[in-house]
Amino acid sequence: MKILFWFLIIPGFLFTSTVGLLASWIDRKVTARVQWRVGPPVLQPFIDVVKLLGKETILPRTADKITFLTAPVLGLVSITLISTILWVMIADPKVGFLGDLIVLVYLLAIPSISVIMGGFASGNPIASIGASREMKLLLSYELPFVLAVFVPVIKAGGIIRIGELLSIQAQSGAFATNISGFIALVVAIICMQAKLALVPFDMAEAETELIGGPIIEYSGTPLAIFKLTRASMLFTVPMFLVVIFMGGIVLSFPGIIWGILKYVLLLVIIVLIRNTNPRIRIDQAVKFFWGPVTVLAILAVVLAFIGV
Amino acid sequence: MSIKMKALLKSPWVFHLCSGSCNNCDIEILDCLTPRYDIERFGMLLVGSVRHADVLLCTGVVNKLGESRVKRVYQQAPKPCVVVAVGNCAASQHIYRGSYAVGKPLDEVIPVDVYIPGCPPKPEAIILGVVKLLEKLKKG
Ligand code: SF4
Repeated sequence: MKILFWFLIIPGFLFTSTVGLLASWIDRKVTARVQWRVGPPVLQPFIDVVKLLGKETILPRTADKITFLTAPVLGLVSITLISTILWVMIADPKVGFLGDLIVLVYLLAIPSISVIMGGFASGNPIASIGASREMKLLLSYELPFVLAVFVPVIKAGGIIRIGELLSIQAQSGAFATNISGFIALVVAIICMQAKLALVPFDMAEAETELIGGPIIEYSGTPLAIFKLTRASMLFTVPMFLVVIFMGGIVLSFPGIIWGILKYVLLLVIIVLIRNTNPRIRIDQAVKFFWGPVTVLAILAVVLAFIGV
Repeated sequence: MSIKMKALLKSPWVFHLCSGSCNNCDIEILDCLTPRYDIERFGMLLVGSVRHADVLLCTGVVNKLGESRVKRVYQQAPKPCVVVAVGNCAASQHIYRGSYAVGKPLDEVIPVDVYIPGCPPKPEAIILGVVKLLEKLKKG
């Protein structure tokens, strides 16, 4: 019962998607201001979702119906689960189980996989191209991301429990204050940009050439679920980095403000990267992630082993 | 008015359906997105896929080959969905009336809700047309 409450209301579905939609409003507003426009009102993302829920849901004749409809739900469930685990851990570092960090890293890949599934299931050639790009992107950023997540584990002496990572950081300062931790954080931020499928790594969606990519055939409720997943990711993935690199959030008066500031800092970095870069090609992205970014990540791991 | 309709009025996503236009109307539509007009402040977004659309902006005279395609694109849009005819071509076939390539006018192919005259209409006129359409929908 308690777990269901956690999952559905706070800190699960309701909380995550509300904050996520607010974050996506900040993203749109800042983008508009950068382009010298006024931008949408605060409630715009909420209105969009409500509207999409009221629209007709079309099943393309060529689509595989069951996969087509379950794919978005899969993504939303997994991102909600991640957020729930993270916040329960922040509230009480003692709960949790051995290896929950690994579970979270796996769960973080599922939203991308759900996009791939949905794209391939919709039976649209453009969606297939988008899905295959998403798959290549997933393969390319996952390696440096896992290496970067490895650094806090080494720093903590081989502990793979998020609760203990948090308490170690509470005692001896955030991991990002070390050189190795900082390099790992930079690598993780670059990978996060790709995970969120934002410019310069949005070649799977590519508004101008693939017109939405994998989600091209979605309408109505499933599209709303995809939008919610997107918004929740904008909240959850930076939170994940805050927890494992930047010391998490302390749920008491001055601590919570610091925590929010850490999240806002990451959000601003995301939005700025997104607004100052063009989209790169998929082969460039793979080269970028397997080349410089992986080298940086390996450097961070080596430095962490030396103990810098 | 239901909450569904209210939300639709606050976030109409626009799809751009061009069938046999001279491309001038289309450029004026893109002008609406520029900082000067910025239709995103009304929640309007230009979407690339007709499955995401709430408003179809049709430009151009529908020629004989395009007729069945326009009809199909309209059927692919999820309902509720409204249609706006942008430009003289879409509204009345303009100077192409009676041409060998031109078939039925747009409003006999698909139901049109609003006509925006002009060759091409100014971005202000397009925005005004959409606002009038929203008012009409608000009244019911
Ligand atoms: S109305 Fe004028 S500008 Fe628009 S498509 Fe027709 S000829 Fe071109």
